[in-house]
Amino acid sequence: MKRIFQILPALALALASVGMTPITAQAQPLRLQITEGVIDPMPIAVPAFVAEDSAGARYTDALARVVVANLTGTGLFREVPPQAHIARITSFDAGIGFADWRAVNVQALITGAVSVSGNRMNVKFRVYDVVSGQQLGQGLQFAGTENDWRRMAHKVSDAVYNRITGEDGYFDSRVVFIAESGSRDNRSKRLAVMDQDGENVQYLTDGRTLAIAPRMSPTGDRVVYTSYDSGSPRIALLTLPGGQRQMLGDQQGAMTFSPRFAPDGQSLVYSLARGGNTDLYRIDLRSGQQTQLTNSPSIATAPSFSPDGRFIAFESDRSGTSQIYVMPASGGEARRISFGQGRYSTPVWSPRGDLIAFTKSNAGRFHIGVMRTDGSEERLLTASYLDEGPTWAPNGRVVMFTREAQGGDPAIYSVDITGRNLRRVPTQGPASDPAWGPLRP
Amino acid sequence: MNLTTKSLLLLGALALAACNNPRAGGTFGGGGADGFGNDSGYGTGISTGELGDPNDPRSIAHFNQRIGDRVFFTVDSSSLTTEGRETLNAQARWLNSNPQYAIIVEGHADERGTREYNVALGERRANAVLQYLVSQGVSAGRMRTVSYGKERPVEACAAQRCWDINRRSVTVISGGLTG
Repeated sequence: MKRIFQILPALALALASVGMTPITAQAQPLRLQITEGVIDPMPIAVPAFVAEDSAGARYTDALARVVVANLTGTGLFREVPPQAHIARITSFDAGIGFADWRAVNVQALITGAVSVSGNRMNVKFRVYDVVSGQQLGQGLQFAGTENDWRRMAHKVSDAVYNRITGEDGYFDSRVVFIAESGSRDNRSKRLAVMDQDGENVQYLTDGRTLAIAPRMSPTGDRVVYTSYDSGSPRIALLTLPGGQRQMLGDQQGAMTFSPRFAPDGQSLVYSLARGGNTDLYRIDLRSGQQTQLTNSPSIATAPSFSPDGRFIAFESDRSGTSQIYVMPASGGEARRISFGQGRYSTPVWSPRGDLIAFTKSNAGRFHIGVMRTDGSEERLLTASYLDEGPTWAPNGRVVMFTREAQGGDPAIYSVDITGRNLRRVPTQGPASDPAWGPLRP
Repeated sequence: MNLTTKSLLLLGALALAACNNPRAGGTFGGGGADGFGNDSGYGTGISTGELGDPNDPRSIAHFNQRIGDRVFFTVDSSSLTTEGRETLNAQARWLNSNPQYAIIVEGHADERGTREYNVALGERRANAVLQYLVSQGVSAGRMRTVSYGKERPVEACAAQRCWDINRRSVTVISGGLTG
């Protein structure tokens, strides 16, 4: 890991608030180079936030703990815990005794304050480079409702991550997934959505019929998935939160599945199986018009748009085994990009556009991997009995996927794209098919 | 027969498979709730039928247990094996002599593949069975396919023994509904 602190002139704290949006001058980022992964995480301290009124006192520890969990969860940071601190932060605006933080080897100090009035909550924070004794960028304030206190901590985490790494964060985001229960030969599978850290789970279906492989819309306002409500796989579109459900792409005698939103959210591409053959189709969500994109006597499924909407990566067994292909978004000639050993499935284009994540099975093992969009520079990030279905964090630095232990239950894991920091995402029960939504506004 | 009637018949068949035949055809399970939504208005289409005595060659129990309601596939394949064809030949004879039944052919995959590919593979397997039954004189109009991918294993274990029995099609007979 390279770490380059760019020290800025101390800037005045700028405080303003509109909804959850921070208002500030552009904060110049620190540089913590994360592309190579982190071997030696940066030590940080996040003392309990300062309560600026009595109602805010309930959140002083909780906010700090969420920020710490987010940042250390990346593997880029490690916490110098409060019991090791020799200084206390009792006022958000008082000066910092940097020597006390240097003495316990803290490199970045995050201070915060919280106040609650009625249902309105204000959260402020500052980041300090302890080594140089300078504030990093301006302080920021978030205003929102008390119910959204975790989101405020995620916003703080995103801002801190951005200041120190120069990359966008991914903490204030949600993940749609499948919550599983019951015996493995008669599984109940419910569509659900949670925060990226596994909190705030909401169930979107009742589990009486199978739901599999959901995806969130580019703005996070809708979910598509494959529903067995009709007794056969069919794509369904759900408006969040808890809104209308609509069945899509109905064609006589056909099964439809594997739906994915186009980057503009106005159309879906999906698989339609009929007569032993599975092809990709596109449906315009406004007009309902359906267009066939592939026409091959083989399976074409698991499509994924490039972020600019120009291309679709997908999986096909037209060569005899599953491999990854890329074609224009309007259909047409597909170019195979996977040529390594084994079978390649579930390509997913990175939100940065630079990489495609995939599932690979080879020699009895399953892997999550990434390759460049032309298929070069393949790197495997994981290996297990069954890993499948990668989904990208909004910043393109982390993927989540389903891991099923041999003879065990599935769970959701995350790993960064260097292959480091493999972690289980906490869910209450067995869980599968994560699909990461966008960073929330 | 209009489409609504037809779908009610097929749903009835699903329900029977679930309620009456948990071992042999038991891929639906869950008290018949899986496969169709209780709040969708379809619940009224379910009727009850007897499986009968397996010694009675006209019974569904005979079809399920003596003839065999399923055939198995090799890894990533939808080709019918010799043994599978023999089973399907016997299924076709029974179906042709009991024309009052509607049929759902389920396709299933083992757990050693990705989820959506396995839905497609299950459809391919179910279709292979349907086409073979048609070639043996069973009317395509009586049949429908559904793929469960890897979602409904007969038995879940991380071993060859389970994978082999999970790569299957199951021919599900409705209980005396006709169309």
